[in-house]
Amino acid sequence: MTDEKTIEVPDEMRAQVALTNMADLVKGNLLDKPYNWGRRNSIWPMMFGLACCAIEMIATAASRYDMARFGMEVMRPSPRQSDMLIVSGTVTKKMVPQIVRLYNQMPEPKYVVAMGACASGGGPFKEGYNVVAGIDKYIPVDVYISGCPPTPQALLNGFMKLQEKIDSQSINRERWYDKEDPIEALPVPVLGPDIMDPRDYAMITKQAKA
Amino acid sequence: MYGKGIFKGMWVTLKHFVATFTDDFRMIGRKYNKAEGIEYRMSKDVKGIFSIQYPEEKMPVPEEFRFIPFLLYDTNEDGTEQIRCTSCGICAKVCPPQCIWIEQTTNPDTGRPVPEPVEFFVDIDICMNCGYCAEYCPFDAIKMDHDYEMASFDRIDAHIFNKEKLLKPAEYYAEIRPLNWEREEIIRKEKAEKKKAAEAAKAARAAAKAEAAGAE
Amino acid sequence: MTEELVVTLSALETRFPDVVKKDERKGYEGFLVDTKNLVEVATVIRDELGYDYLSSVTGVDYLEEELLEVVYHFYRSTGGKSLVLSVQVPRKKAVVPSLYDLFISADFQEREAWDLYGIKFEGHPDLRRILMWEGFEGFPMRKDYQEAFFVEDQKPFANRWPEGKVFRSEDENQFGKNVQYPKGFDKPKKWDPEEEDLLYAGLQELGKKDSGDLATDHVVVNMGPQHPSTHGVFRMAVVLDGERIVALKPVMGYLHRNHEKIGERNTYLHNIPFTDRLDYLSSMVNNHGYVLAVEKLLGKKGAVPERAEYIRVIMSELTRVSNHLWAIGFLLNDLGAFFTPSLYAIEERELILDIFEATTGARMMNNYFRFGGVARDFPPGVLEKLNSIVFERLPRKVDELDVYLTDNEVVASRTKGVGVLSPEEAIAHGVGGPVLRASGVPYDVRRADPYSIYDRFDFDVAVRYHGDCYDRYIIRIDEIRQSLRILQQALKDIPEGPVLLKNPYNIRVPEGESYGRVEAPKGELGFYIVSDGTANPYRYHVRAPSFVNLTALEKMCVGQLVADAVVVLGSIDIVLGEVDR
Repeated sequence: MTDEKTIEVPDEMRAQVALTNMADLVKGNLLDKPYNWGRRNSIWPMMFGLACCAIEMIATAASRYDMARFGMEVMRPSPRQSDMLIVSGTVTKKMVPQIVRLYNQMPEPKYVVAMGACASGGGPFKEGYNVVAGIDKYIPVDVYISGCPPTPQALLNGFMKLQEKIDSQSINRERWYDKEDPIEALPVPVLGPDIMDPRDYAMITKQAKA
Repeated sequence: MYGKGIFKGMWVTLKHFVATFTDDFRMIGRKYNKAEGIEYRMSKDVKGIFSIQYPEEKMPVPEEFRFIPFLLYDTNEDGTEQIRCTSCGICAKVCPPQCIWIEQTTNPDTGRPVPEPVEFFVDIDICMNCGYCAEYCPFDAIKMDHDYEMASFDRIDAHIFNKEKLLKPAEYYAEIRPLNWEREEIIRKEKAEKKKAAEAAKAARAAAKAEAAGAE
Repeated sequence: MTEELVVTLSALETRFPDVVKKDERKGYEGFLVDTKNLVEVATVIRDELGYDYLSSVTGVDYLEEELLEVVYHFYRSTGGKSLVLSVQVPRKKAVVPSLYDLFISADFQEREAWDLYGIKFEGHPDLRRILMWEGFEGFPMRKDYQEAFFVEDQKPFANRWPEGKVFRSEDENQFGKNVQYPKGFDKPKKWDPEEEDLLYAGLQELGKKDSGDLATDHVVVNMGPQHPSTHGVFRMAVVLDGERIVALKPVMGYLHRNHEKIGERNTYLHNIPFTDRLDYLSSMVNNHGYVLAVEKLLGKKGAVPERAEYIRVIMSELTRVSNHLWAIGFLLNDLGAFFTPSLYAIEERELILDIFEATTGARMMNNYFRFGGVARDFPPGVLEKLNSIVFERLPRKVDELDVYLTDNEVVASRTKGVGVLSPEEAIAHGVGGPVLRASGVPYDVRRADPYSIYDRFDFDVAVRYHGDCYDRYIIRIDEIRQSLRILQQALKDIPEGPVLLKNPYNIRVPEGESYGRVEAPKGELGFYIVSDGTANPYRYHVRAPSFVNLTALEKMCVGQLVADAVVVLGSIDIVLGEVDR
C-alpha cells in the first residue's frame, strides 16, 4: 500500500470522526478511540495525601465538586489498583523513597499529577533543607497544576488536562504496550548524609575527589 | 432498644437523600446553573446536597479571591500602553518565598534609574498566593488574578512568568474587582490632582522667583 | 513582672540561692538555672509550686556568645501565666539533663532539640533524631548551618531587586537537586542506613516477652507513611502480640518542611502566610497566635482596634467549628463509616470556607491577620450571610450530627473505653485541647490565660470525664456549640470602626523574647519568638499542639487491638503540617 491518502479533518469534527485505513486497522489504531474513552473516564487515583493540597483534594472528592463525575471517585489506598498518583503537597527528602517505591508499584499505564506549587517545583518551602524542589526530579510527571493550594476547580481543570493527554495516546505508540522493551523500575533514592539518587552516585564520588 | 441509634442515623441519611432530589425538582425551570441559582443552593435554606457541574458551570469567584499576581497597564488616549510598575521593588521585598525578580531600567545617558522595569519575573512554582505584593504596592501596579485554570503539561518554560505574560489591561482589573477598582481610582485621582496642584504651585513659585530675579 | 511570678521568684531564690537567677537580658522574662541543678529545680517547681504542666521545650542558638540555650515553659494546670526557665550550655559541649522522668511531655520536644540543635539530653531513654533521619549530616537549626539552596542569611534577598535575573536554584546546584554532601564523602554505594535499626532495637526492648512456654513471636507492623487512616504521612511502628499492641513508636518527619529555619530567614511579616500552612485546617488560629506573640513585643505599636478584635474572634471560632466538623467526619471515616458522615461535615465546612474566601481571598491559606489588626473588613453582603449561617444553619446541622452519630451503637461500641487517658497522665504527657479536656481537666487557654477579647464572652469550657475516644469525639460537638455561642455574641456586639490602623511592610520589633499562645482547635498553640531588634526574628519556634499530643499516643494504644490504634489516632486529630512543621 504505497498510495496512502491523507484526509483532512476539520478541528471541530475530530471528536466525532474515527479515521482509519487498512494499515491502521492492522496495527490496531482503530481501537484507540473506544479504548481511550474507557480509560479517560475511569481513572482511579491513589488515596495518598501529602500536605495542605490533600485537603483540597478531599474537598474535590466531596459532594460539592464531586470527582465522581469524571469517574475518579474510586480512590484506592493500594498502588497496585490505581492509575493516577496525585502528588498533593510538599515532597520532603524523607518521603521521596516511599513515593518512588509507590510509583514503581503502580501498574501501567500510570499517570502522575503534580498538584500545587510544592509538588511542581518546591513551592514556598523550596529553600528548605528537607524539601525536594519538585517531584519531577525523581519520577516523571504528566500534568502540573499551579496554585498554593489549587482550588478544587483548578484541580478538576488539571484532571481534564490529563484526560486530554490520554486521548492523544495511541496503543501502538505508547511504551508500556511494547513487549520488546520492558520498562525498568526507577531507582529508589537512599537517605544518606543527604538524599542520594543512585543515578548520581558517579557524580557524588567525583565531587569528593575534586 | 439496641439498634435504635442506627435506625435514627439511617433516617437522617434518607432525609438528606430525598432533600437533594426535592431541591433539584424545586429548581426546575429556574436558572439553576447561573450565579443566582448557585448562590441559592449555597445558602442556609437548602437542605440537600448539591454539586457544581464543572466545567459547564463554575462557582462564582468572590471579588477578593486571589491566585497568581499580574501586572497592570493603562491604555493612554493615543493608544500607547503605560505600565504602572515603577520597579520600586517593594513587592520583591515583601514576597515571603521571594518569587519575584525585578530588573530596573537605567537611562543610558544619565545612568539613573527610570521608573519602568526592563524585566519582571514571577516563578509561579514558588508563589504562595499570599497577596502581599498586591497589598503593599503603592502604585496599584500588581494585583492578584482570578484565573485559576492553569494546568499545564510542562513547567520548565511555562511556569516562569515574564513581564509580557504578566501584563494585563487595567480594564480587566476593573472587571474582576469592581469595588476595589472604584475605591482605588478615587485615591489615585486625588493623588494625581495633588501632584498636579503641587507642580502648578512649584511652577508658579519658580515663575515668581524668576520675576523677582528679573526685577532686581 | 506579674505578682504571681514575683512570689515564685522569691520562693525559688530562697530555696536555691545562686542557682536560680532572674534573666537580666533586655526584654527577657524568665529565670536562668544552672545546668546541674535543673532537675532539682524542676522537681520543686512541679511538686511545691504547682507548675505541673510542661508546655514547651526548645533550643536557641546564640552563636555570638558561643552558647546553646534550652527554654522551658511551665504552667499550672489550673490556669495562669507561664514560668520560663532557661539553661545555657557551651556550644561545643551541649549536654543538658533530661526532664523526661518528671514530665513525659519533654519526650518528643527534647528529641527535636537534639535533632535540630544537637543538644544532648542526658537520661533521655530514646534520644534519636525525630524529624530528620538518622545519619543526616549536621544540625540544621544551628545558625551556622547552610542549606543547599542557601542564598543569604536573611530576606529580602539582594539578588531579587534591582538587578533581578531570574534563575532556578536547582540549576545553580551541581547535582541539579536540593542536595549537598559533606567534604570527602565518596562511598555512596557502601552507605549503611542505620535509622531503622535503632527504631526496631528500641521496639524489641519495649515489647520483650515476659513469660510463656509456647514459642510465639511478636510481629512488627509499620502503618504508614502511606496509609489511608494516618491522616497524612504519619507512620506508626507497632509491635503486635496476636492482635494486641504491646509497643508503639510514632515515626514522623515525612512532612518536615523546615518551617522554623525558613521562619528565621523571613522577616516578621513574611511569616504570617507561612503560619497558614502549619495546621492547614485551621489557618486563621495560627495567624492569631503568631500576631499575638509579635504584638506582645511591639507593645503600644501593636494595639488592635476594637472591630479587628471582634473579627479576629469571629474568624478564630469559625475556624474551630470547621476544624471540628472535619475532625468528627474523619474520625467516623476511620471507624469505617466510609465518607457519609464526612461528606455531611464537609458540606457545612464548605459554607464556612465560602465566607473565608469572600473575606480573606482564599479558602484555606487565608493570610488575613496583620500586626495591629486584620487585612480588610468584611466585604458587603458577607456579614449577612455569616449571620444566617451562624444563627440558623449551623446550630441545626450540629444537632443533626448529634442525632445522627452520638447514639449510634456502632460508634459507641468502637469508641467507649478505648484509648483511655487519665487526667494525671494527660497532664504529664502535656496534651492539650479536646484531648486534655476529654480526660476531665478543664483547661482552656481562652479561660486559663485569656487573650484577645475572650474574657468578654459568656461560654463554658467543655469537659468530659472518661478520657476515652467516645469522649474525645463528643467533646468536639460540645465545643462547636460553645463556639457558636461565642460567635453569636460577637456578631451581635461587633462595633463599627477601622480594622487596621497602620500597615507598614518593613516592621522592626524591639529586642526581647515573647511567647504567644492561643487555644487552637487541637490544643495549645504557642509561638516562641526571640527578637534582636532587626526586621527578622532571631529565633522562631512553634509549639505545635498535634506534635505534643502525639506523646500520649503510645500510652493510649498499648493494650488495645491494632484496629483501635486507628481510632485513637483519629480521636487525637492530628495534622501533619503541624506535627512535622
